[in-house]
Amino acid sequence: MPEPAITFSRVGRRFGTIQAVQDLDLSIHAGAVAVLLGPNGAGKTTTVRLATGALQADQGTIKILGMDPRVDGNAIRRISGVVPPKAAFYDRLSGRENLRFAAELWELGDAAPIDEAADRFGIGHALEQEVGGYSTGMRTRLALARAILHDPTILLLDEPTAGLDPESARAVLDLIRDMAGQGRTIVMCTHLLHEAEGIADQVVLMNEGHAWVAGHPDRLAEQYWRDNRVYFDAQDRAVLQELSDLAGVESAVFNGFVTVELDSLDRLPDIVAHLVAQGARLTRVEPVQPTLEQLYFEMQRHRRREVPA
Amino acid sequence: MKWHRIWAVTRTDLRQLIKSRDYWLPMGLLAILFFVVIPIVALNAVTSVQNSQVAQQIGTVLDTLPVTIQENIQGETAGVRAAYAIAVYLLAPIAIVVPLTIAAAVGSNTIVGERERGTGEFLAHSPITEKELYAGKLLAALIPGYLATLTGFGVYSLLVNLIVGPDLGGWFFPTSGWWVLILWVVPPAIAIALSLIVRISARVQSAAAAQQAASLVSLPVIVISYAVASGLVYDPARTGLLTGLVAWTIAYIGLASGSRALRREILLGIGIKAKKRVKVPRG
Repeated sequence: MPEPAITFSRVGRRFGTIQAVQDLDLSIHAGAVAVLLGPNGAGKTTTVRLATGALQADQGTIKILGMDPRVDGNAIRRISGVVPPKAAFYDRLSGRENLRFAAELWELGDAAPIDEAADRFGIGHALEQEVGGYSTGMRTRLALARAILHDPTILLLDEPTAGLDPESARAVLDLIRDMAGQGRTIVMCTHLLHEAEGIADQVVLMNEGHAWVAGHPDRLAEQYWRDNRVYFDAQDRAVLQELSDLAGVESAVFNGFVTVELDSLDRLPDIVAHLVAQGARLTRVEPVQPTLEQLYFEMQRHRRREVPA
Repeated sequence: MKWHRIWAVTRTDLRQLIKSRDYWLPMGLLAILFFVVIPIVALNAVTSVQNSQVAQQIGTVLDTLPVTIQENIQGETAGVRAAYAIAVYLLAPIAIVVPLTIAAAVGSNTIVGERERGTGEFLAHSPITEKELYAGKLLAALIPGYLATLTGFGVYSLLVNLIVGPDLGGWFFPTSGWWVLILWVVPPAIAIALSLIVRISARVQSAAAAQQAASLVSLPVIVISYAVASGLVYDPARTGLLTGLVAWTIAYIGLASGSRALRREILLGIGIKAKKRVKVPRG
């Protein structure tokens, strides 16, 4: 198991009378893509801000690659790239001038890969234009270019696809996959569950400042998903008709292929063996897997049962 | 503190200022008004006085000045003596009013502007230190005001010498008092005002509120500086140098405490007027 790149231990942060983050425990492994899921006010943005030391925790311990943001804040910020929820720039300056400013803050010198970063997100053609004339998608692409300009080890994306057109949203997700492939640690905050689908190594469900549950989506599905439905299909579909009569089958819905609900998934090997013995040439035997969205709501239901309002 | 990061902040702010014609045009007009229009009108009016009664009245006014100053006023006729007094003594405070007004206008928007645009979040996550950011913002507000003053001072010197010089037998301006004022007193006076204004900019909710508050704060500083400027040109050797020393000391204290007051959380809009309203991140 790789070492955690980001660790929060019982971290708390209060704003006036509002406890934004409370007893937050989090452990994100180096090279993982962690997706922080949760409704507005769950504490996702505060978590990102605490990670870079932009905000100071009132209590608890934070370690980013072994460094404490309170002590080594600037060192952490040097190796971190952040895409904030609002892609904000100096609107009267050009895209190039904005990127140049970022390069100067990160001390990249004249060799800063401004054109490469801009080209990577398809914004190279607009670098000489004032950012004030950019569309929302262009601004986000520029924000992505700015975030990776210094080749960060840790990438923190806070609702990066909010309000984006599908093409720009895809550019964000492609960046995540690309950076993950290079072994970077990535944290993405979102409440758009379909975006996390397929890219998350780790899902962290946040609510009211807590990381309520965390883990790999498959393991969370094993833990929380109680769906005993299985899809069946065969070359000769007539043989599937007898599925309704088999032991353990509670229902079978025929819709071209067949969706069978079992009393237990443990029945599946016997059912498959029976069908094969009957001469069925099966082309599909697939337990129903939840989408991240289904899993999210299932986990929320569990949480509400455990912590009654 | 790393100088190139400070300069990056300053240069970025100045670039925006240069591209904002609606912002720098009024400032330029202000400088032209004070350093060019008013001196031309006033000096031409006085030097062209032919009426002996008016000249006598001006002479009476000059007689109310301290004896040491009266001894320093050059010129043969009452009109020329009056022009000399106006050029050297009475218009000295414009050297303070112009830079402070410009610096207040620029400085008030520095931190609150970052918050309003949302670029404060970017800065908060960047490796720049709070002190570097403060210094960069301070310079960005100081440079336009002081540059306008230096330019205005040059133009003013030229005008004064062209209008009054022929009656005094040649170039006589700047006097030692003006050199002390421009090089020794004006920079710390701007710094004092900015130490207050940038602090205000960090604490208020909006740029409009910052402008209002900056006006209120800079007004007493301008009035005090106005009075001091009038006095020190009478006695540059002692009053001028001493005033500058006091101003530098106050400026140092103000800037040091101001730089400590700028925190990353302020860039995120957190902790602004915490007792009344608390901004909580949405995520």
